[in-house]
Amino acid sequence: MAITTTLVTRPEIKDTSYLRAALKGMKITLKHMLNPRKITQQYPEVETRLHPRWRGTHRMEVHEDGRPKCVACGLCPTVCPANCIRLVGGEDDQGNRYPIVFEIDEFRCIFCGMCQEVCPVEAIHVGQDFENAEYSRERFVYDLDRLMHQDHPTTLLWDPSDPTSE
Amino acid sequence: MERLQIVSAEDGMVFYLITLTKITVMFGIIMLTVAYTTLAERKISAFIQDRLGPNRVGPMGLLQPIADGLKNLFKEETLPASASKFYFLIGPMLAMIPALVTFAVIPFAAPLPTSWGVVPMIIADVPIGVLYILALSSLGVYGVVIAGWASNNKYAFLGALRASAQMISYEVGLGLSLITVLMLAGNVTLTEIVWKQQELGLWFSLPLSLGFILFLVCAFAETNRLPFDMPEAESELITGFHTEYSAMKFSMFFIAEYAHMVTASALMATLFFGGWDLPGSWDDVFMHDGAWISGFTGDGAPISASLSVWKTLATFLGFAAKTGFFLLLYIWIRWTLPRFRYDQVMELGWKIILPISLGYAMIVAATILTLSQSGIDYGFVFGLVLTVVSGICTMAFVFVVDRGGTISGAASGKKVGG
Repeated sequence: MAITTTLVTRPEIKDTSYLRAALKGMKITLKHMLNPRKITQQYPEVETRLHPRWRGTHRMEVHEDGRPKCVACGLCPTVCPANCIRLVGGEDDQGNRYPIVFEIDEFRCIFCGMCQEVCPVEAIHVGQDFENAEYSRERFVYDLDRLMHQDHPTTLLWDPSDPTSE
Repeated sequence: MERLQIVSAEDGMVFYLITLTKITVMFGIIMLTVAYTTLAERKISAFIQDRLGPNRVGPMGLLQPIADGLKNLFKEETLPASASKFYFLIGPMLAMIPALVTFAVIPFAAPLPTSWGVVPMIIADVPIGVLYILALSSLGVYGVVIAGWASNNKYAFLGALRASAQMISYEVGLGLSLITVLMLAGNVTLTEIVWKQQELGLWFSLPLSLGFILFLVCAFAETNRLPFDMPEAESELITGFHTEYSAMKFSMFFIAEYAHMVTASALMATLFFGGWDLPGSWDDVFMHDGAWISGFTGDGAPISASLSVWKTLATFLGFAAKTGFFLLLYIWIRWTLPRFRYDQVMELGWKIILPISLGYAMIVAATILTLSQSGIDYGFVFGLVLTVVSGICTMAFVFVVDRGGTISGAASGKKVGG
């Protein structure tokens, strides 16, 4: 590959002037000073715009009758890199598997989204929510009830028209 | 029938009470101005950087200085174990006191008529005006140096060293550019300087434009403001000479720096922009031979002037507007220009500003002498001739001297071929 050189002509010392350069700079800062459009986002009055793939607090999807979609297969605790999911599975009298205990420790979670990707029934999701401050560490462990009652939109990790990513 | 005599010490208790009121009111106004200048600096610097400044504490952030003051009150006061305790403690005081006391001789409004007499709107109308200011601004160096030395910290020490060298170098330039004003006004008293600008019909920044530019540069260097920010260079010296200070003592340094800024702005407004004078001659007042006049007619007869509360208020607002403009200039330039290197600061002070202000003082002196010898009265023509001469000097300065020798931007030192 040939080496290309660019000649940058700079003014000679006898044509430069500090005062005039300073005045030119002051004109630029004045223009910025008087420009009414500022880029500060006035949170919390202005809602933060999150992207569709933004990963945040978890959410458990439910069937129409209120049962969680989770079948307690054990894939999400296995894949979780931070060991933040605790799952105790069981069968009901009709032979359907359901989670007896399903807890996610949001404090340990690294919000990677692997649990959503690996879930075979699209039950556990990561969502677009970050305003989840609590007063104690114990309150950060979300149990199944709390996870089912979250109401924020869930993260879009794959194209909905191509779920198997062919 | 109101008394038209100036309230003086012979009036006893009334004089002391009036002076005390003036001191209290002006001290309060200056401290408020200093506090809100810190807010203005943050807001204006934010606007320049395309963001909003503090706007959460009060409406548009107006209670922010109070929040800052409360924070500083509640913080822990540090006192390093190996610091000299006495000097560490008096350093901030020595920095703050000259900045505030210098304001005592600056006239801030037209004289106010009251039922006890006429109250001059200046805290101490001493005849030595400008000399008092020069003397006290030299004292400002002590606060910086003592604070840096007493901290027993090499960064603070370096900052103090640079600060002392810089402030001392630019005081020479300050004094020399001030001499042109004194020559044109013929008197050192600040109220006289304001009156002379009213008599001349022109504010001194026009007939003495190069003096104004040099005074501006030296005032920036005296108050340790960017581009002469060496002593507080955050990226090189942590916070320079006030590294070891926290809470209230740091706050006092902060107040000292902004009070120095306010005083320098007020001084520039008084010396070069007519002080409390508003354009037009309706507000000119001066005590001459026991009577208040607003000027002289063509054949030397005095025109009498009337004093009123409205004139005092209007001129005070005018003075505040001029000082506010200079404060804005301080903040604007700070967020435009990068910092000078230490050797550039020294070279500018000694090799450029000193000879030029000396030469300019000689040129102004020669012009004034020629004008008075040729019989032109102290009036509009006088000012016009001086404006032309100063204009030539300023053009020479801007186009000949300002040639990248000291501070060259993106300039090549040699001829570029092709």
